[in-house]
Amino acid sequence: MRKRTDAPVTIVTGARRGIGAHLARHYLELGHLVVGCSRKSVEWRHERYAHFALDVADERAVRELFRTVRDQHGRVDHLINNAGIASMNHALVTPLSSVHGLLSTNVAGTFLFCREAAKQMQKRRYGRIVNFTTVAVPLKLAGEAVYAASKAAVETLTAVLAREFGQFGITANAVGPGPVDTDLIRGVPGEKIDELVSRQAIRRKTTLTDIANVVDFFLAEASGMVTGQTLYLGGV
Amino acid sequence: MIDRLITVVVRSAQDVVEREGIELREELGPDTPLFGRNGVFDSLGLVSLIVGVEEVLSDQFGASVSLADERAMSQANSPFRTIRSLAEYAAGQLEPSDAQTD
Repeated sequence: MRKRTDAPVTIVTGARRGIGAHLARHYLELGHLVVGCSRKSVEWRHERYAHFALDVADERAVRELFRTVRDQHGRVDHLINNAGIASMNHALVTPLSSVHGLLSTNVAGTFLFCREAAKQMQKRRYGRIVNFTTVAVPLKLAGEAVYAASKAAVETLTAVLAREFGQFGITANAVGPGPVDTDLIRGVPGEKIDELVSRQAIRRKTTLTDIANVVDFFLAEASGMVTGQTLYLGGV
Repeated sequence: MIDRLITVVVRSAQDVVEREGIELREELGPDTPLFGRNGVFDSLGLVSLIVGVEEVLSDQFGASVSLADERAMSQANSPFRTIRSLAEYAAGQLEPSDAQTD
């Protein structure tokens, strides 16, 4: 017998650190039942939080996650596809293995979670999907060819999925933050970050609160007419 | 086996029919056309049916199968013609040699 819950069920990928961890805690504070995942387990606990240690591009593991969520909660309301890896490197010295790894996590992983979440969402004719892109796409940043290309793929994926899922009551949108103080940009030289920020209308780094604000908007029940959109922060 | 799978497909089809408020001309059975001329479902309904059948196959048979794979799409006679043809295709997918597709 499946347990039904009144609390919205929100899945957050890449929930161990940075943006994902912040969003997981944010939605726990709002009363959601949050299911997170990352390659490694998390050190914190919450009575409404469950964590899966997996590779987001591992089809078998991802299917198992969704099967467990279906058996335990009977629904998926929100998917926040935050998991991603970056690679700041000149194209001439970028190994092909980096390209495959990046596309696997950022594109295949995002697709896999969208597909499995939408399978459950379509039964209730309701769902909200938020994918993650970056300002590196519109700014066409040198040194981020593969990373930006993978996120351009995520944007197109989001726009097409919005059309495929629309009749099921599922929206799909993408948020594109500027540089955020997380591990993802730890290795990027300070002057590169400053240069990037100087190309934004709002010349500061993106905060976790800035991102949560946009995700809140995309997840809102009232945002049923908002789909297929990419929203960049900072004004690019 | 095939009778069990026909039951799986009929029940999954019934779920979609009820969810989408489809009016049936006659009761669902092995020869009910699923898609195309006189078919019960439009393309979205067929997608929902396939998702539902895959879910039951996973739950009842422990098999992770993709019914709308390249092999299904390339067949001269679509496995999505009738309830029976879909059940037969599912049976083929559940055979030990290709029960696990991932």
